[in-house]
Amino acid sequence: MAVNDTLEGTHKIHEEAAAQRHGQLMPLLNDFSQELTTLNLGPTHPATHGIFQNILQMDGERIVSGVPTIGYIHRAFEKIAERRPFYQITPLTDRMNYCSSPINNMGWHMTVEKLLGVTVPKRAQYMRVIMMELARIADHLICNSILGVDTGAFTGFLYVFQEREKIYEIYEEVCGSRLTTNMGRVGGMERDFSPVALQKLRDWLKTFPAVMKEFESMFNRNRIFMDRVVNVGPISAEKALNYGFTGPNLRAAGVDYDVRAMNPYSSYEDFEFDIPVGTNGDTYDRFIVRNEEIWQSLRIIKQALENLPEGPYHADAPHYYLPAKQEVYKNMEALIYHFKIIMGEIDAPVGEVYHSVEGGNGELGFYLISDGGRTPYRLHFRRPCFIYYQAYPEMAVGTTLSDAIVILSSMNVIAGELDA
Amino acid sequence: MNPQESAAAPEVAVAEDPIKVQNARVLALLTRLFGEATFTDVEEPYGLLTVTTTRERIHDIIAGLQQDQEIKFHFLTTMCGINYPENEGKELGMIYHLHSLTQNIRLRIKIYFPIADPVVPTLTDLYATANWMEREAYDFFGVIFTGHPNLIRILNVEDMDYFPMRREYPLEDGTREDKTDLFFGR
Repeated sequence: MAVNDTLEGTHKIHEEAAAQRHGQLMPLLNDFSQELTTLNLGPTHPATHGIFQNILQMDGERIVSGVPTIGYIHRAFEKIAERRPFYQITPLTDRMNYCSSPINNMGWHMTVEKLLGVTVPKRAQYMRVIMMELARIADHLICNSILGVDTGAFTGFLYVFQEREKIYEIYEEVCGSRLTTNMGRVGGMERDFSPVALQKLRDWLKTFPAVMKEFESMFNRNRIFMDRVVNVGPISAEKALNYGFTGPNLRAAGVDYDVRAMNPYSSYEDFEFDIPVGTNGDTYDRFIVRNEEIWQSLRIIKQALENLPEGPYHADAPHYYLPAKQEVYKNMEALIYHFKIIMGEIDAPVGEVYHSVEGGNGELGFYLISDGGRTPYRLHFRRPCFIYYQAYPEMAVGTTLSDAIVILSSMNVIAGELDA
Repeated sequence: MNPQESAAAPEVAVAEDPIKVQNARVLALLTRLFGEATFTDVEEPYGLLTVTTTRERIHDIIAGLQQDQEIKFHFLTTMCGINYPENEGKELGMIYHLHSLTQNIRLRIKIYFPIADPVVPTLTDLYATANWMEREAYDFFGVIFTGHPNLIRILNVEDMDYFPMRREYPLEDGTREDKTDLFFGR
């Protein structure tokens, strides 16, 4: 068999490569003559907030080297996506950065819309912006409050988790689910904002700033907190760029790259907001940048809500946009399109498209190659966590174990996105 | 479904021009630095300049673009492998996305090579971020990156003996009959 021959050839190369690097792997057993200790951090350690394993070489309390192992919750999304019609890929994107699922959903919808050439009406774009910014706030709240927990401050976490709960209630009102949202459709939103959703959103906008102020006053100038995070795990702008950092982690290092401003999508060019940047990219800067981004997100939501245009909440693209269920029962065309979309009878155009959005923790990119069928020929996710987590050993080496935990926490590494 | 909604996209025609000019500029830079013969299949799908080159030149090209002071492609956005089993001698490929953050220009570079000899030079000496990206491409497509410091599997288990994203491995068990769809042929 030709296929087996090829594979055998490849394996031979693989084995040779393995033999070559054999000497380079670090010893995993404790060697007491060197007085270094091997410590296995993870994969299910409560302080890592996710399933990551790091095998650390410790000299007393100091970390000498670290080897991260990832892939514990790898679910082969890229492979699965090659067999799924576009609307079935949305739930896969939910499960990447599950702290801000709506951003992933919208990013995916926009990628498909770009491929199909569908223009989404202004109202749907503004609705998307509101949901994406709510998701960003929820994401940053989790990251920052957990960072507080890791330094021993539990109170802030409890305060802001009530607010996250309210954000999830808004999600629930908009799309019916809370964590893995599957929100929106290719071509727009699945339904308009209900009066209850709008009311909940307005109420939340009134109450949240006070909580956020309280959260900030608890942490930003707190002596104990600052002692734990200032100058811990700094990274220079050059190094961060070389490591492919994006999002708040890159901005904390002083680079003002934000996809929302550089390549505006979904009408971000209509809104006024600032891009906060840090100076030396340490844990404190990452924390402060995220806090400030929450305020900026609030600004965007307020502008979008005030100027929410009237009009349809989805594009008139019957070949791709799933019709409303009640229409399907009464209307022949809706029934036909519903059937065709669900059964995957509508072929996408041939093409390749890269689209990226500013995710909760960086540039979330979708690279979609379509060969004209019902499914993508190849779909690659640019997952920001996966790309910047490889800098973690370098940032953690030389620090103490307790600092390493804080650095990991401040990088906002989400296991689902890391492993896809 | 909404009658008042118009499907036309008028702003595309207006926005197309600057992107074309920009891509022409990048292409002129590429041909000036590396010669015209280096690039085949120059395309602009959805406004993103895409060029195909050979694996022999890929390292030079990306290093040259990283050092170039005119456009400054110094951000490696992502890279991924791809498999076209029907392209004899060019079954496997790598696709690189570069980004110039100073001028906001993106560039996509592709290379193709035979599946029997999937060897590509590493970019880890240029970009620290290439390390895991290349491990991922190795893990899923079996691309061997020469010079990579630690080319082992990253997301799959160490003792897996195949490269799962290659098209020869179907997602579902091919022997199952309960999922055969006689009407829609899938």
